Amino acid sequence: MDKVETGRRWHDMGGDAAGPVPDAQHDFALWEKRVDALMVLCSGKGHFTVDGLRRVLEDMGEEAFETMTYYERWIASVSQNLVEAGVITQSELATRMEEVAARGPTYGEASGG
Amino acid sequence: MPHDHLSPSGHPYRPDQDHPLTYWQQMEIALRELLIEKGVTTAAEIQSQIEAMDARTPANGAAVVARAWTDPSFREALMADASEATRGMGFDIGPMRLIAVENTAEVHNMIVCTLCSCYPRNLLGLPPDWYKSRAYRSRTVREPRKVLAEFGVELPPGTTVRVHDSTADMRYIVIPARPAGTEGLDAAALAALVTRDSMIGTGLPRQP
Amino acid sequence: MAERVRVSTRMPIGHVRTPAYLRGKTGVIERTLGPFPDPERLAYGQEAQKFPLRRVRFTMAEVWGDQAETPDDTLDAEIYEHWLERVE
Repeated sequence: MDKVETGRRWHDMGGDAAGPVPDAQHDFALWEKRVDALMVLCSGKGHFTVDGLRRVLEDMGEEAFETMTYYERWIASVSQNLVEAGVITQSELATRMEEVAARGPTYGEASGG
Repeated sequence: MPHDHLSPSGHPYRPDQDHPLTYWQQMEIALRELLIEKGVTTAAEIQSQIEAMDARTPANGAAVVARAWTDPSFREALMADASEATRGMGFDIGPMRLIAVENTAEVHNMIVCTLCSCYPRNLLGLPPDWYKSRAYRSRTVREPRKVLAEFGVELPPGTTVRVHDSTADMRYIVIPARPAGTEGLDAAALAALVTRDSMIGTGLPRQP
Repeated sequence: MAERVRVSTRMPIGHVRTPAYLRGKTGVIERTLGPFPDPERLAYGQEAQKFPLRRVRFTMAEVWGDQAETPDDTLDAEIYEHWLERVE
């Protein structure tokens, strides 16, 4: 059944037809583990909830699910929730991102190790 | 250097330190620095959180299963209140609650989260990629036996499949049936037979 | 005898934790948990009322009708109280 016609949302996928379950597996990079740690710490300290994390992931839409990696979507959602909670502002995040990018072309250089 | 991009477990690493910086990595670095400067967290706290995450592996869940197989009073406590019983073994599930479901000769249990990818991280570590995939999330509630067949699991005739959709506050661990011929094994030897997938319900324990 | 409940058919916007494939379906309460705060409020950073959380067991025949892979297999899901109505 068409999801838009019924009000069913893209992430609510139980029962849909789909191909074989994929068996590729990757370990997580350091930056991905850091995203996970920031989520656990910020939600544990009460700045937002796992429900808020999911709400933004859902609102990001199906294209984000198909084109971004799991922790790319998470860092977007964690940042969005922290802006909404007033912990950071959009402009300080954007300004700091420019400073980070100016440090060097790789993650290692830009993160200072 | 043929092994440069393989981790100790033999899987390829995601692009990381020596690849061009991405927009989302910039965001992670920037956010982490801001949160430390604002006193929301510290570098040491982030590091110890990552170490705690790395220490959580399916060996935790396997220890729970092996104890359930060998200690009837623990098994009873686990089935009654899995959060409390596993906390007693040092595996705190935090704000979530845990339910243990038991495979028998008549029933095979299988866990999925159709709405996102809820997973008992304290007992099994981070979820495998397939658990988060569209295919697993979509199909498991409609055709669990076909999904099981893809994982190489054939159930004896007469077995009922019970799928658990982890839709809210509970997390699930499957207690697989103890393999035949393991009567003489101690808990440590039994734990070595318990695979990650057997605790999600997409696999069976190894035979001794 | 197990208590029979039907999941609401409503289709709101926004964040909810009741899967669409179960809406309008009838099952039995397997056990009651909680109460837990309403995720529909938590998701938006609001104060949340607590509701009992019911584990409801459905047959695959009830969920998928003629299309069920094996009609007597079952599906359990956690549904918050405010999504359920009692069935006689």
